[in-house]
Amino acid sequence: MDAMPKWAEVTLVPLISLLLAAILSALVILAIGENPWAAVKLMVSGALGSTYGWGYTLYYATNFIFTGLAVSIAFQARMFNIGGEGQALVGGLGVALVLLYLPFPHWTIALIASAAGAALFGAAWAFIPAILQAKRGSHIVITTIMFNFIAASLLNYMLVGPIKAPGQEPATSKFPATTQLPSFQDMFSTADTVLFRGAPANVTFFVGIAACFALWLLIWRTRLGYELRAFGHSESAAKYAGISPTKIIVVSMLISGGLAGMMAINNVQGEAERLVLNAVEGAGFIGIAVALMGRSHPVGVFIAALLFGFLYQGGAELALWTSIPRELIVVIQALVILFTGALDNMVRMPLEKVFLSMRRPPKPDRKSTTARAAE
Amino acid sequence: MTLSTKFLGATAVLALTAGAASADPAVLFDLGGKFDKSFNESAYNGAERWAEEAGTSYADVEIQSDAQREQAIRRFAESGANPIVMAGFSWATALNDVAQDYPDTKFQIIDGVVEQPNVRSVLFAEEQGSYLVGVAAAMASESDTVGFIGGMDIPLIRNFACGYAQGVLSVNPDATVVANMTGTTPAAWNDPVKGSELTLAQIDQGADVVYAAAGGTGVGVLQTAADEDILSIGVDSNQNYMHPGEVLTSMLKRVDNAVYDALTAGTDLETGIHVMDLSNDGVGYALDENNAELITEDMQAALEDAKQQIIDGEVTVVNYNTEETCPALDF
Repeated sequence: MDAMPKWAEVTLVPLISLLLAAILSALVILAIGENPWAAVKLMVSGALGSTYGWGYTLYYATNFIFTGLAVSIAFQARMFNIGGEGQALVGGLGVALVLLYLPFPHWTIALIASAAGAALFGAAWAFIPAILQAKRGSHIVITTIMFNFIAASLLNYMLVGPIKAPGQEPATSKFPATTQLPSFQDMFSTADTVLFRGAPANVTFFVGIAACFALWLLIWRTRLGYELRAFGHSESAAKYAGISPTKIIVVSMLISGGLAGMMAINNVQGEAERLVLNAVEGAGFIGIAVALMGRSHPVGVFIAALLFGFLYQGGAELALWTSIPRELIVVIQALVILFTGALDNMVRMPLEKVFLSMRRPPKPDRKSTTARAAE
Repeated sequence: MTLSTKFLGATAVLALTAGAASADPAVLFDLGGKFDKSFNESAYNGAERWAEEAGTSYADVEIQSDAQREQAIRRFAESGANPIVMAGFSWATALNDVAQDYPDTKFQIIDGVVEQPNVRSVLFAEEQGSYLVGVAAAMASESDTVGFIGGMDIPLIRNFACGYAQGVLSVNPDATVVANMTGTTPAAWNDPVKGSELTLAQIDQGADVVYAAAGGTGVGVLQTAADEDILSIGVDSNQNYMHPGEVLTSMLKRVDNAVYDALTAGTDLETGIHVMDLSNDGVGYALDENNAELITEDMQAALEDAKQQIIDGEVTVVNYNTEETCPALDF
C-alpha cells in the first residue's frame, strides 16, 4: 500500500504542488506585464516582513484553522461538510447574541461564554443536515451547501431587522468594551516598542492552537475518535463492530459545526467587535482547501492555515501597491487550491512511481535467491 | 506566492518600499470591486475623469475582506495620500478610528457619515430620485402595476424601493407596487439571470414597468424587460442607451461627481456632511435621445413639477434610512 515513505507524502507532495502553482502564477503575472519576482517579494515582505504583516497573516490563519479543523473532523468520518460557511455565520450570530445581551465583567469570561455560544449555534446549524443524512440518507454535501444559503438569509433578516443598530449600516451595535479580546498589540507591545500595530490578530489564535491539540487528542487518543476513523474507513465494518452510524454521523457533524462556529470569536468578537453582514467572507470554503492540503491532520491544518493566511495578507499587499487586479489575486489563490486540493494525484502518482522504481531492485533479488534456495 | 517562495523570501525579507508616489490621492472601492457596473464603477469613472483631465494618477485598491478596510485606509494615509476617498457605508467604522490618527489627511466617505473634523461625508438622497422615476413609472404604466427589483436586501436598497413606491402612489394611489430583492448575499449584486427571472415573475403579476436598483443584476432586468416589450428603469448611471426606446429613464446617482469633486478639491476638501439631492443635481432622472419618445410632455411637466415641489419642501419624501419604516411599501 505505501508506495512512498511517510515523510515524502507529507512534505514532497504539497511542496511540489505549491511549486507548480507558483510557476503557473508567475506566468500569469508575467502575461499581464508585471514582474513576478517583485510581486513575490512584495507578498513576502507584506505578509511576513513585519509584526504588522504577521498580525494580519495570523488573523486570517486563525479563521482558517477553525474552518479547516471543522472540515477535517467531519472528513475523518468521511462526511464532507461543505457548510462551514453557514455554520460560521450562525456561530457569529451566537457570539453577537451572547455579547450583546449578557453582561460580562471581564473578557476572559466573555471569551468562554462567546466560544460556547458560537460552538452551540454552529453545531445546531450542522445538526439538521447531520440528522437528515443519518436518518433519511439526504446527502450531506447537498444539505450543508443549502444550509449556507439559509444561514445567509437568516443573518440578513436579523441584521436588517431585529438586531440592527440604529443607522444605515446592516450591522449590530458595537459589543461592550469589557468583552473586547486583547489583540497581539495589547499582548506583546512594550512601552518602548509597539508591535503588531493595528493588526487584528488576537488571543483567539491561541484558542485555535488549543483546538488543534484537542482535536488531535480526540481523533487519535479517545474511543470516540477511534470509532470516527473506523466508520470513515468502512461503514459496514464499523456497524459490525457495534458502532452506531447515526451516532457517528451526528456527533462528527456536531463537532464540525461547533468548530466552524468558533471561528466567529476571531472575526466577530476579536476583529470587528460587532456582527456585520457576510462576516465569514469565504473562510468556510477555504477551510475545505486547508483540510485537503493538511490531509485532515491538525498539524497539517495548522500549517496549511498559515499558508493561506500568508496568501490572503500577501494578496492584500499586492492589491494595495501594485496594479495587479484583485481578480488575478483570486486566480493565484485559486491555483494553489487547485494544485494542492484537486490535482493532488497529478503530483502523487508520478512521485509514487519514482519511489517504487527506487526501491524495486533489491526485492526481486532477495526473492530469486530464496527461490533458488528452495529448489 | 507559495511556501517555497516563502522560504526563499524569508532570508531576504524586509526593505521593499512599494511604489505609490506620495501626495497622490487614493480611491478605495468597496467589496463589489470597481467594475460592478454600478456604484463602485461610478466612483471609478469619476476618478478616471479626474485623472484624465488633471493628467496625473491616483492610487486605488479593491478590498477583498472587511478586515482590510482599516488596513487600506491606514496604509494609504501613511504613504501620504491626500485626499483619500472611499465609496460605501461599510467604511464608516474603520474610517472613524483611522481619521483621528491622521489629522492632516483629508478623507471623504460616500454613503456614510463619519463625524471627524477631517472627514467629508457625502450622502445621496436616493429616495428623491427614486420618487421621480416612480412618478414616471406610474404615468407610463397601463396596467397600474409596476415592479421594483433590488439587489441585496439592505436598508440602502430599501430606501430606493420606498422612494419609488411613494412616487408611484403620489400619481396613482390605487397602483400596485411589486417589490422583490434578488438575494441576501453579495452575489445578489451580480446575478443577471436571477434578475431576469424576477422580471418575468413580475410581468406575470401584471407589471409593465420595472425599476432595477441591483448593480450588475440590473443588466438582466433591463434585457428581459426589453425582450418582453415592457419598460424598465435603470439606476446609478444613465442606462438609457442599453436598450434605446425600451428603457423609460434612469435614476441618476452621481457618485462619479462626488469622487470627481473631491479629487479636484484635493487637500482643500471641505469637510462635514454634504447631501447630494435634487437641489444640487446629486440625484435625478435621465433624459436623452434614447428615451425622448417615451417621456411625454405631460410626463416631463409632472416630473419637473414634482422635482420643484421636493426642492421647495412642499413634498417630503420619507427616507427609509432614518425612519426605518416605509409608508408606501411593506418589506
